[in-house]
Amino acid sequence: MSTIQPAFDIATQTLLEPTGLGLPDLERVLDRLMTSRLDAAEVYCESTRLESWMLEDGIIREGAFSIEQGAGLRAMAGEKTGFAFTDEIQLAGLLEAADAARAIAGSGETRHVALRRSGEAPPLYPALNPLASLDEATKVELLRRVDAEARAQDPRVTQVIVNLVAAYDVMLVAASDGTLGSDVRPLVRMNCNVIVEANGRREQGSAGGGARGPLGFLIEGDRALGFAREAVRQALVNLEAVDAPAGTMTVVLGPGWPGVLLHEAVGHGLEGDFNRKGTSAFAGRIGERVASPLCTVVDDGTLPGRRGSLSVDDEGTPSQCNVLIENGILRGYMQDKMNARLTGVAPTGNGRRESYAHLPMPRMTNTYMLAGPHRPEEIIASVDRGLYAVNFGGGQVDITSGKFVFSASEAYLIEQGRITRPVKGATLVGNGPDVLTRVSMVGSDLQLDAGVGSCGKEGQTVPVGVGQPTLRVDDLTVGGTQA
Amino acid sequence: MTQRQAPEALAPDERLARLHQVVRDLLTEARRQGASAAEAGVSSDQGLGVTVRLGEVETVEHTRDNGLGVTVYFGQHKGSASTSDLSLQALRDTVRAACNIARYTSADPYAGLADPDLLARDIPALDLHHPWPISAADAVEHARACEAAARAHDARITNSEGATLDTHQGVFVYGNSHGFLGGYPTSRHSLSCAVIGEDDAGMQRDYWYTTARAAGDMESPAAVGRRAAERTVARLGARRLGTRQAPVLFRSDIAVGLLRSLVGAIRGPALYRRASFLLDALGTPVFPDFVRIHEDPLKPRGLGSSPFDDEGVATRARDLVAGGTLHSYVLDSYSARRLGTQTTGNAGGVRNLTVDPGELDLTGLLREMNSGLLVTELMGQGVNLVTGDYSRGAAGFWVENGEIAFPVEEITIAGNLRDMFRGLVAVGRDMDNPGSFRTGSWLIEAMTIAGE
Repeated sequence: MSTIQPAFDIATQTLLEPTGLGLPDLERVLDRLMTSRLDAAEVYCESTRLESWMLEDGIIREGAFSIEQGAGLRAMAGEKTGFAFTDEIQLAGLLEAADAARAIAGSGETRHVALRRSGEAPPLYPALNPLASLDEATKVELLRRVDAEARAQDPRVTQVIVNLVAAYDVMLVAASDGTLGSDVRPLVRMNCNVIVEANGRREQGSAGGGARGPLGFLIEGDRALGFAREAVRQALVNLEAVDAPAGTMTVVLGPGWPGVLLHEAVGHGLEGDFNRKGTSAFAGRIGERVASPLCTVVDDGTLPGRRGSLSVDDEGTPSQCNVLIENGILRGYMQDKMNARLTGVAPTGNGRRESYAHLPMPRMTNTYMLAGPHRPEEIIASVDRGLYAVNFGGGQVDITSGKFVFSASEAYLIEQGRITRPVKGATLVGNGPDVLTRVSMVGSDLQLDAGVGSCGKEGQTVPVGVGQPTLRVDDLTVGGTQA
Repeated sequence: MTQRQAPEALAPDERLARLHQVVRDLLTEARRQGASAAEAGVSSDQGLGVTVRLGEVETVEHTRDNGLGVTVYFGQHKGSASTSDLSLQALRDTVRAACNIARYTSADPYAGLADPDLLARDIPALDLHHPWPISAADAVEHARACEAAARAHDARITNSEGATLDTHQGVFVYGNSHGFLGGYPTSRHSLSCAVIGEDDAGMQRDYWYTTARAAGDMESPAAVGRRAAERTVARLGARRLGTRQAPVLFRSDIAVGLLRSLVGAIRGPALYRRASFLLDALGTPVFPDFVRIHEDPLKPRGLGSSPFDDEGVATRARDLVAGGTLHSYVLDSYSARRLGTQTTGNAGGVRNLTVDPGELDLTGLLREMNSGLLVTELMGQGVNLVTGDYSRGAAGFWVENGEIAFPVEEITIAGNLRDMFRGLVAVGRDMDNPGSFRTGSWLIEAMTIAGE
């Protein structure tokens, strides 16, 4: 590997220099965009290279590579936003897009913008291209090893699918407040899905992991082989699963990925745009109790190497660890610049966008609950009859009514304080503003997820993380079939 | 507000001709770099989107999306690459990237282009291109009228997420080294509105939308707004239900999701991976005998219409289900070869699905159900297509004596799709859903409802 350059140098080399642009050109585009009638304007340049490989039936069946590159220009006046983008980062195209975007506010006098490079936030991940972090032969060999590991676990494994994705995202953002931010964001992920079959019954299991870093992350400590073993283990558990119970009962959620509960039940409802507009069930509730005193929930974009982390957000604001709920009291919302400006608070480093072709909005990074006082064993032992859910698919929330769901993919019955039989996956449903008030025990075993989470909002997908310790929630509705 | 002139610099015919040339160049370049076969698709779209919230403009977005993708074959080794850049240099680089990938993929005996005999010979005109040269200012007025109708409908509508008008048009061209080269322009317009209602019990949100190939085929802004408001207000005061078994009526817009689950379970990859609850179900009864589900990819102005599929294979109308029996899987060439059969022209998916309507409208279905749950919203991903196990969050209305009694929320409905399909009691004639999948409401005999 060559020595690693600062993100800013890589960003200008990748995004500006190929078409002969420099910072004075960006200032010229901002000057065209920013008029006296606007509150703020921004140019966001981005290049994304993505490579994916897929193994199926023991062979490397597919591989794909893509490059997406372009610039998105935004002009803001009050609550209004004009937006245009171009897939050519060239002066003529940028100026044309600037004219289209600023039309939102009618004509006004132009204002000169002087860009200044903000003090570089310490990078949370190396500024490298993960596509080049392993040679192709080693990449496909890794997929084959994962396949072999899965098949070696059990003769009932009938199908193994392994996906490997590496993305290299380089961005540069220049805004009318003088912001000149840049970031180089590597992102790698592997997933292993298996089908098992016995006595005519088929079940599936899946596991994976990822990080912001080189593909070597997947090789360290044979991490990727662990995904294969975990996927098979889950699938075999599901082969034995009986119908899930239906009704309201005590639910113990395992540590790590079950933190998707927090993402759905409270996370989305605390995004600044919904609260500015008053459309969230949490609007206007800062300072109120929304969870049991055992619960402290943060959104933390500063964890080194995590999938949801950002050195700076897509508006150039350094990410932070934001306390959302402290000892049960609602403390704050997640903000981008526009919503912060309109509600008179500071941005929190949560301004994110799927790409240059999408508008930024407040989004989560890594959302998790801090550890509590209880040992996980004592939490399970405290339940007379209930559900122990350790793995989940995804979830969804209606931020207005507060109702949310998340779907268990591995769960067990708890009977008289002991984990007994595995049950089939079931959806859990609850009400965001009060579910955390019924958290009666919080484990000491905080874990973050393995690094495969993605969050969708208004059609835009961004990588995120979740985490939590083991939690006991009294009275959660479990959507099984056994009434 | 200012407006932008008609979005494209080139007339549709010229743009189509230019994209044809890009595809030819890609295929030539692939051959030059040593590929034994290749296929390529290129698209170019332009659009305008505006959102109005509480009567004020919130966003005006101008979009311009280009994309090209190429797949090369070196014998049975395959590689793919794509980019948003249509320049000649990007085209060469993209082919090179695809060729590099193909050096590391395995020889797959089933890989390859579609059989030449099945490729579309002529490209029927399906009337899919009706650009709407609306200015941003006029688009704002449409959205404003839509939201205003919603807010004026009921005093309990207290807030809004706004109304959005989107209009897009573009061209798409596909070609492969068997000599196929075809393309066509399309357009699509939509208007949606989401509002919030409030009463003592709290807030509820709902929405409605309309979408069509031609602006004249859309519902009026006022109709969309009224519908969004009606749906929102009807949800106010929702309560929970006790856990029970009961009949469940999936309103037509929600029943579309059951159709998607059916399609997911009869798609090629689910079958050859043995990852479907409908494995080996071809020719067997999957629904009661009154059920017919028909695909018509050639429907004029259809939202899912296409004269050829993503591999250039001619599309044709056929029954997926007739007399309740599964008549056809949903296959592309690859999965067909894996299964030892022929592609059904479904590379890229299913296009325009219709369930034959029954006798009863929604009111009639409520009477038929007598007592049970009318589902008007589903949440979450709790559908397991390997086992058919189904468990999702739901909201809707409890029905007693054939009439809506009260709105419900924070419940789940669960069952198994195989039982739910076989337990279909009736399909309505209320084909009241936008989009390319059309069906009336579905009345299902019994499911488990979990609540308090």
